[in-house]
Amino acid sequence: MGKAETASARAMPSSNGWHDRLAEWSVYAVALLISAVFLWILGDLARGGIEHLSWSFLLDPPQNAGRGGGIGSILVSTILVLLIALVVALPLGWAAAVMLAEYVSSGSRFGYTVRNSLQILAAVPSIVFGLFGNAFFSIYLGLGFSILSGGLTLACMLLPILVSTAEAGLRALPDTYRSSAVALGMSRAATVFHVLLPAAAPALVAGLLLGIGRAMAETAALLFTSGYVDRMPGSLLDSGRTLAVHIFDLSMNLPGGDVAAHASALVLIVVLLLINLLAMEMATGWQRGKIVTE
Amino acid sequence: MIWSKRNILFPSASVDTLILWLLRIASGIAAGMVLLILFFLLAESLPLLREIPAVRFVTDSSWQPTEGAYNLAPMLSGTLYAAGGALFLATPLGIASALFVAYYALPSAARIYRRLIELLAGIPSVVYGFWALTTLVPLINELHPPGASLLAGILVLTLMILPTVALTAHAALLAVPDEYLRGAAALGMSRWSIIRGVVLPAARMGVTAGIILAAGRAIGETMAVLMVTGNVVQHASTVYDPIRTLAANIALEMPYALGDHRAALFVSGLMLMLLVIALWSAAARIGRN
Repeated sequence: MGKAETASARAMPSSNGWHDRLAEWSVYAVALLISAVFLWILGDLARGGIEHLSWSFLLDPPQNAGRGGGIGSILVSTILVLLIALVVALPLGWAAAVMLAEYVSSGSRFGYTVRNSLQILAAVPSIVFGLFGNAFFSIYLGLGFSILSGGLTLACMLLPILVSTAEAGLRALPDTYRSSAVALGMSRAATVFHVLLPAAAPALVAGLLLGIGRAMAETAALLFTSGYVDRMPGSLLDSGRTLAVHIFDLSMNLPGGDVAAHASALVLIVVLLLINLLAMEMATGWQRGKIVTE
Repeated sequence: MIWSKRNILFPSASVDTLILWLLRIASGIAAGMVLLILFFLLAESLPLLREIPAVRFVTDSSWQPTEGAYNLAPMLSGTLYAAGGALFLATPLGIASALFVAYYALPSAARIYRRLIELLAGIPSVVYGFWALTTLVPLINELHPPGASLLAGILVLTLMILPTVALTAHAALLAVPDEYLRGAAALGMSRWSIIRGVVLPAARMGVTAGIILAAGRAIGETMAVLMVTGNVVQHASTVYDPIRTLAANIALEMPYALGDHRAALFVSGLMLMLLVIALWSAAARIGRN
């Protein structure tokens, strides 16, 4: 990634003439503007939330519909929804990725169909996932407003990102791995489990982290699948409010919930920024390592 | 032969076939998900679609779903205005960002800025909505009350789709062959004339595909828009008017909708889904050429 960027930047002549300078200044101005807005958002959230943030805020149950108390039970629901989504989506997604990368030739009709329908799935708006989850998991399968139906809905949403990251990771492995395994007389399945998947582990983990980030950010798909109840969930069939839904409810439906909403938004954004940064570092660090070893 | 504690050869052919079948089933499930979603959207909207002609969704006098009036047109116009406005702003900003990363910034600055754009893409829509609600809406309110308006929706959507435009445009710029750049530089063209005359025409298809994908994202975005646009069912005449989008309407009314009202919301969900599929097919066709 880094190599190509710098190569073309160096190949470019410098700017001269007023057209050139105008273009250069506008491009710099846009970059500055967007960086400033990013910092503005982070600064606003930090300023509004940091005072309210404490260990007791993270651990206590919410009181008075969230105006007081903390977000303890909400964090538990968030983690439960996330776990269900991952337990369902990981095996499915990674299996589909192995199929697409290792068993199907790139021009085949089956691979074409699967890849295209996953791309469409990635473009489906989250509110539509919410409608589907409500109709299928909550009502048709009778799971009601529960952590289970919320988690399953999220699992459907995560499939495309898990498949595409894992498939890209497997495709990036050098073909010598495969031919060496064949030369050793390993079967195809053994090659996948003992050679290819372990070698692609960084890409799998990067995809997993991106999926966790996507799932924690989700609100619209959970509004009418996992619901609004802010008590500590007793079982997976209880309704549970995730952190993102909590922020929405505090800021829209609850007068006087702004301080708690600021603090919750700060918690969510810090966790997400860390997860996403880690995922990106893993993805790029892994590519750099590969260039050196080959 | 390999002698190891685990038998890593999986010598029996039946294990191999079993695993192949498991993989096939998993990919089948993954691929069938879109059809399952379409099926359930259709099944839930059919009771209403059978009852009334489809044209009534745009010709009815108003949106009073409990009294049998199902005019979705104001919500459609709200969705299109908000998405169109956001695209109008995000396209130049996104392309300029991609140019900055690819051709203007020093390598270190380019890396940091690209990372920042990727992080911008990871901020949850509910956080964008909350920030806009507490910061942008009061600002717009001072300019022109009530503040919660089409303008607020356009601005927050711009921020949300900008990473899509910028990252796809950057990928398209990187795909322009280096020989083009070197040839143009050898002809003595300046940086901006190379970008305008060589790079952008060569990357046109990829950039367009990215803009179309961003349009899909803008049309389907729910939470941020729901929180800042005021949610009044009406055709906006200025950017300061409050509006309601299709997606926001679903999120607002789904909790209490019953019977035909619920079916009407599924019809609007089906509309969103079909719009997104149409946009995706257009982007895929352009991307392939």
